[in-house]
Amino acid sequence: MPVLRIPTPLRAYTNGQSEVNVNGSNISDALTDLTTQYPSLRPHLFNEGGDLRPFVNLFVGENNIKDLQGVDTPIKDGEKIMLIPSIAGGAHVA
Amino acid sequence: MLPELSRDEILRYSRHLLIPEVGLEGQRKLKNSSALIIGTGGLGSPVSLYLAAAGIGRIGLVDYDVVDSSNLQRQVIHGTSTVGKLKVESARAKLLDLNPEIQIDVYNEPYTSENALRIAKDYDIILDGTDNFPTRYLTNDVAVFLGKPNVYASIYRFDGQVSVFYAKEGPCYRCLFPEPPPPGLVPSCAEGGVLGVLPGTIGTLQATEALKVLLGIGEPLIGKLLLYNALDMSFDFVKLKKNPKCRVCGPNADIKELIDYEAFCGVPSHDHEEGSAGESWDITVQELAERVKTNHLKLVDVREPHELEISRLPNATNIPLGQLAARLSELDSAEDMVLFCKSGARSTRALELLTSAGFKKVKNLKGGINAWAREVDTSLPIY
Repeated sequence: MPVLRIPTPLRAYTNGQSEVNVNGSNISDALTDLTTQYPSLRPHLFNEGGDLRPFVNLFVGENNIKDLQGVDTPIKDGEKIMLIPSIAGGAHVA
Repeated sequence: MLPELSRDEILRYSRHLLIPEVGLEGQRKLKNSSALIIGTGGLGSPVSLYLAAAGIGRIGLVDYDVVDSSNLQRQVIHGTSTVGKLKVESARAKLLDLNPEIQIDVYNEPYTSENALRIAKDYDIILDGTDNFPTRYLTNDVAVFLGKPNVYASIYRFDGQVSVFYAKEGPCYRCLFPEPPPPGLVPSCAEGGVLGVLPGTIGTLQATEALKVLLGIGEPLIGKLLLYNALDMSFDFVKLKKNPKCRVCGPNADIKELIDYEAFCGVPSHDHEEGSAGESWDITVQELAERVKTNHLKLVDVREPHELEISRLPNATNIPLGQLAARLSELDSAEDMVLFCKSGARSTRALELLTSAGFKKVKNLKGGINAWAREVDTSLPIY
């Protein structure tokens, strides 16, 4: 099974899990499986039209799927997929 | 012509002079170079301390804030003795104590579209140590327009990111993040906080990258993004490519000048301490203190459960902001309700959520529980 790495800001929506095993042979399937397992993650990854939000970056190994085949990028068993968030930095909380 | 080093400087920098990759010539390069550091906070502290110690000839510091004791958990350039003083002045004094051979220029003003190009134009390199999206996009665009390297770092709780965005040689920040997340989707607000040492680790890497770029040695993180997690103690690298559709550095770029970054990001970059929902939706802590004496009010605390261990209001119901949408059925729209959080930003978002769901008798506690602790119940701590 491919493994999806969840960054800290999104772990609130995966019950604190830092890695989630996902089913699927491409990114699209893997994300469908991920958001089926954790539905509250869905609005953070997809817009209302069902497209991946532009600030969501997914990397298979070292490469951005935008530089590969987008959500059709194939993934292999055991392959690591990284979800890279846009973080503002800083420690501010209101 | 590179400047000469004095006898004192040769002794001061002797451990650099002993490294062939730096040597006397490299040290003279550093003396001849300049670096602008945006923000004198968590990242700016280690960045400025190490760049000053390394002998960068001129360092610029941009910040408009004053030192607060809640900064000292991570902003190690400041101290208890400088609480209440301007951050740029507090930092300048510390840096000149560390290295009186260098020049420190301070800009006690917010970094904005109006002043950024003027401030940044005479520096060789820019270091992004900001804590908000509008200033991050501004910092990036300024670096692209001026053709300067932007040493980027960002932190969140236990996570850090570092890269060198240099549009002349690789991607810029917008190539990776064309646009910021909509304000409602930024989880940092609901769950902020940062391990104090994290900006130390990440800022030190940022300073390392700046020195490499200025010296022209090694392989800077151009076209690469470093991802650090302190809990896993993991360092991962991913490749970044120039985005041909990038609106500031791509071949068909349509953004040619600085824009309104607060509008672009939908969030304010400055004065974001206290959230307000607008006067008609706000209730002040004094008004609330009066109202609770006579009326029944439902108090809804939208903070995270661990924050309740710091301070709490009696009889308040806790529904963290992230769970509110799913738990609306627990609230009665016929009841008078006051929402609160730490200082008002999350409860403002909660109020928007409730009003769009049809709630009308709902108010936002202006300034949050911290305002209550400051003005009504001083036995509560402020955090």
